[in-house]
Amino acid sequence: MTDTAVDEAFVQFDRVQKSYDGEILVVKDLNLSMPKGEFLTMLGPSGSGKTTCLMMLAGFETATHGEILLDGQPINNIPPHKRGIGMVFQNYALFPHMTVAENLAFPLEVRKMGKSERDQKVKRALDMVQMGDFGGRRPAQLSGGQQQRIALARALVFEPELVLMDEPLGALDKQLREHMQFEITRLAHDLGITTVYVTHDQTEALTMSDRVAVFEDGRIQQLAPPDELYEEPANSFVAQFIGENNTLLGEIVEVGTDSCVVKLDSGELIDALPVNVSNVGDRTKVSIRPERVEFNKDRLNPNAHTIKAEVKEFIYMGDIFRFRLSVAGNDDFIVKTRNAPDAVKLTPGETIEIGWLPQDCRALDA
Amino acid sequence: MSDTAQDGPMLAADGTTLKQSLARSLRREKMRALLLIAPLLIFIFLSFVVPIVSMLFRSIENSILQDTLPETVVALENWDDQSGELPDEEVYAAFVRDMLVAVDAKTHTRLGTRLNYEETGMSSMFRRSGRQISRLDPVEDAPFKDKLIDIHDGWGDVNTWAVIKTHAVPYTNGYFLNAVDMQRTPEGAQAQPESKQILVKLFGRTLYMSLVITGFCILLGYPIAFLLANLPMRSANLLMILVLLPFWTSLLVRTSAWKVMLQQQGVINDTLVWLGLVDDAARLIIINNQIGTIVAMTHILLPFMILPMYSVMQTIPPTYVRAAKSLGATNWTAFWRVYFPQSIPGIGAGSILVFILAIGYYITPEIVGGTQGVFISNRIAYHISSSLNWGLAAALGTILLGAVLILYWAYDRIVGIDNVKLGG
Amino acid sequence: MKLSTSILAIAAASVAGMATAQEMTIVSWGGAYTESQKRAYHDPYSTNTGVTIINDDSAAEAVAKLRAMNEAGNVTWDVVDVVAADAIRLCDEGLALEINADEQLAPAPDGTPASEDFGDLIVSDCFIPQIVYSTTFGYRTDLVGDTPPTDVCAVFDTEAYPGMRSLEKRPINNMEWALICDGVAFEDVYDVLETEEGQEQALAKLDTIKDSVIWWSAGADTPQLLADGEVVMGSTYNGRLFSLIEEQNQPVAMLWDAQVFDLDGWIIPTGLSEERTQRALDYVYFATDTQRLADQAKYISYGPARASSAPLVGTHADLGIEMAPHMPTDPENSKRTFLYNYEFWADYRDDIDAKFQAWLSQ
Repeated sequence: MTDTAVDEAFVQFDRVQKSYDGEILVVKDLNLSMPKGEFLTMLGPSGSGKTTCLMMLAGFETATHGEILLDGQPINNIPPHKRGIGMVFQNYALFPHMTVAENLAFPLEVRKMGKSERDQKVKRALDMVQMGDFGGRRPAQLSGGQQQRIALARALVFEPELVLMDEPLGALDKQLREHMQFEITRLAHDLGITTVYVTHDQTEALTMSDRVAVFEDGRIQQLAPPDELYEEPANSFVAQFIGENNTLLGEIVEVGTDSCVVKLDSGELIDALPVNVSNVGDRTKVSIRPERVEFNKDRLNPNAHTIKAEVKEFIYMGDIFRFRLSVAGNDDFIVKTRNAPDAVKLTPGETIEIGWLPQDCRALDA
Repeated sequence: MSDTAQDGPMLAADGTTLKQSLARSLRREKMRALLLIAPLLIFIFLSFVVPIVSMLFRSIENSILQDTLPETVVALENWDDQSGELPDEEVYAAFVRDMLVAVDAKTHTRLGTRLNYEETGMSSMFRRSGRQISRLDPVEDAPFKDKLIDIHDGWGDVNTWAVIKTHAVPYTNGYFLNAVDMQRTPEGAQAQPESKQILVKLFGRTLYMSLVITGFCILLGYPIAFLLANLPMRSANLLMILVLLPFWTSLLVRTSAWKVMLQQQGVINDTLVWLGLVDDAARLIIINNQIGTIVAMTHILLPFMILPMYSVMQTIPPTYVRAAKSLGATNWTAFWRVYFPQSIPGIGAGSILVFILAIGYYITPEIVGGTQGVFISNRIAYHISSSLNWGLAAALGTILLGAVLILYWAYDRIVGIDNVKLGG
Repeated sequence: MKLSTSILAIAAASVAGMATAQEMTIVSWGGAYTESQKRAYHDPYSTNTGVTIINDDSAAEAVAKLRAMNEAGNVTWDVVDVVAADAIRLCDEGLALEINADEQLAPAPDGTPASEDFGDLIVSDCFIPQIVYSTTFGYRTDLVGDTPPTDVCAVFDTEAYPGMRSLEKRPINNMEWALICDGVAFEDVYDVLETEEGQEQALAKLDTIKDSVIWWSAGADTPQLLADGEVVMGSTYNGRLFSLIEEQNQPVAMLWDAQVFDLDGWIIPTGLSEERTQRALDYVYFATDTQRLADQAKYISYGPARASSAPLVGTHADLGIEMAPHMPTDPENSKRTFLYNYEFWADYRDDIDAKFQAWLSQ
């Protein structure tokens, strides 16, 4: 967490706490710093505190304790309209009684910008989101995707340095969402804007962000680039929350610096990478990604650890095959394999041997 | 495919046109829907449409003259009411024959009441004459002209017969003329004498004061509705109960309470005198005038303004204001440019409700309005229950109904009726 | 033996039960007035006959409601208490039954026929007189200084008696008082009021005190205004003032001068079934006999309409005071009185009311 030096930080949360009722902390001791131009996603289940953090940054909620700094300046006591932060809301919050152009002109108008300059900027913003012809329409006459673009354009039209987005794509269908994910990241990078993006959709988080902060229980569980987050989850919550994951329960019987031996509850011994376990006798959750499990014996590493598994179900998914296995007492052990010409098709009832590389098998907190 | 397209309408499988078979399949559903709403339709028809139509009808219906004096009316056709001469014996004889029947059926006094609306004195003339005419014989006692003039000298007045002739039409515009301070005379429609002109003034006052009351309701109701919509649930519920509290008290009690508050020896004046703001000898007159009516009616109608406003405001997501602020708007700009325009449908709905209720009020103006704060409805009530001039009351009611419809139409043209929301 | 007596008892009880199932609706003015009728008439009548009496307090709208009921062909009222003017109108409209007083009403105890006992008070063929009441003034004894008013014209004298006064929001009575205080002789009042000039004269007189008047429309208004000290003096029904003075002990006194007598009595609606008409007539026969009318005066200070009842008027049932001095008809009170001119107002009410209301709204 010391990867970004504090003096470069553009947005910074310093030991921020938030409580609504004086009894329960919704945000517990949050520390976060973002450099300029970064696209950071706050990811987490609902109630994890991510939206509260965003609202504190926007100025709609006040921090109970701690400081929020923007470009080095504490902003705790600056009202939202003076923070100059662009924001895209979950349901777009386009003003229904104004046309698209009036919506876009609104932030410029309140900044007392002249009409010609205003019109120019509105036009440019509309062109930027490829909505140049829609200036005269009302929001209700636009599709969800179009409204989303307008909301984005409105948040950007007054050229803020920081843009906050609160689940902006939640109401769109899958295809449109994927398209907009791409557009938003493109725009953010092209314009060099610092973006804080809140979502509960992990795919969105992984595909769009420079870094992802995984929230749970009012804390950041892990803050890392997407690949690191997926491949090296820091704890069992992150492992479980990001991507598909197989878990086996057991106890540490041997521990070294970069490997350990875990005795599963069913009795088998397996090798694993110790992540946040340190003592013999600790309970652990061993986590293996489905696509890292190998059951094609020819492809298996000769020194890989193998374990017996019974095939329970085969699911054909087009590009991939998916198998549900029973492994060491876990009936929901998922294995995925690419639909390649040499792919092995397993039949339910079959007993096979599966294995993985020890570094893909992470021993995490129980 | 191309055949049907060229030859005419699309055909269904059995050869009937597609439209027909669609209509047939929908008919059963329509019938069922109709049956479901039938009780309501019948109820509305009986309790709303029928009374309104009968009110409209009563405002022009005037068959009493022809029904009571059929022969006289025919005989009077040959008499020129501008001649300045009394009708001839034929009319008097016909009148006696008609009156003998009418006295028997006791309808002559009713006719007298009807004609008394037009010409003062007719009521007693018919009542007094009836008894004496009933002793006459239609054949043996002829001629009647002098005998009738003996019975009551009104029968020797050209004007009496002119009034009968003028109003002997089955459908009359007379009530409507009366309703706008005019009268039906032998010389056509004419203005009432100035000393009797009051109804147009009352119409104007009713509309003007209802607008003022609606305005005050908006001013007072908006902040409360705003609070209600934005407070946390528990405090909002408490406030809502306070808003609804007046609903649970009878109208009469509330109005009387205002009397206690506003009168010269009342709570407000006492307080002001005690505080030294007002001299004891110069207590404020804030009741039995327009102020009294406006204050009491604003209070009574306030919930009707608050509730539609509240239900509209409740549907305005807080994110709009947040969005406006994030875009750089101050609290006031965010409210005025973003929140307020979206709450206008609630103001519209509340205003229409309050205005229409206000122009129909009469108990409250009667109690606290004195002479300057009464409405046209007070006159309607007078003509319904005291003067029994139901035709005039119906004409006044019809004009009021028309005024509401015109205002509603104007509102639709200016604001758009789609902009009226009761919530949702 | 025992069995047959109990059967008899049950039979008797059920006959009584059927009798009490008979009901009649009597319409009156509510409040203390209905209460006095209940105690003097309804309760004894119910006890004697087993007829249940339902009270309805809609007498103020009686004419309009009866007309509406008649048009709808469903008259639900059996006997209605109305003022004489309304009785005349109901009779004119054919909505009230014509009564032959001598045949259908009780004679006096000494055998005098009813028509003579009631005398002139039978102002309409349909009207069965019950009480004489008056509209008169009451004043606050503590607000009139050392010289309490004795003359009705004190109402128009805002210099001697400053302060607000309350008058009824209609021309009737007010126009008469205005003319009297403008110098018109008692006997000429209606002749003057018949003319446009006379009406203008009356309104001009009223105009001199217009700013000092609170106009009332309900009988309870003036007593309340007097009690609150809102007005110095005000007109209302004498019975209301009686209860204000004697029952509530307010500092108020009666100004009987130029009180206007009016009558209140029963009518029976037309359009009732023969059975209901007979029952209504039976009730009215009972309720307007000499003793019953005298009884009502025990509960309220209105004078019985029969000459033969006057000597029987006793003391107030609850207060125990002599009622005779509180009657509008008492010689001491009725030195100068007016009798409401029914015929005049039947003709002129609408015309003068329009002018009166137009004047009010100026």
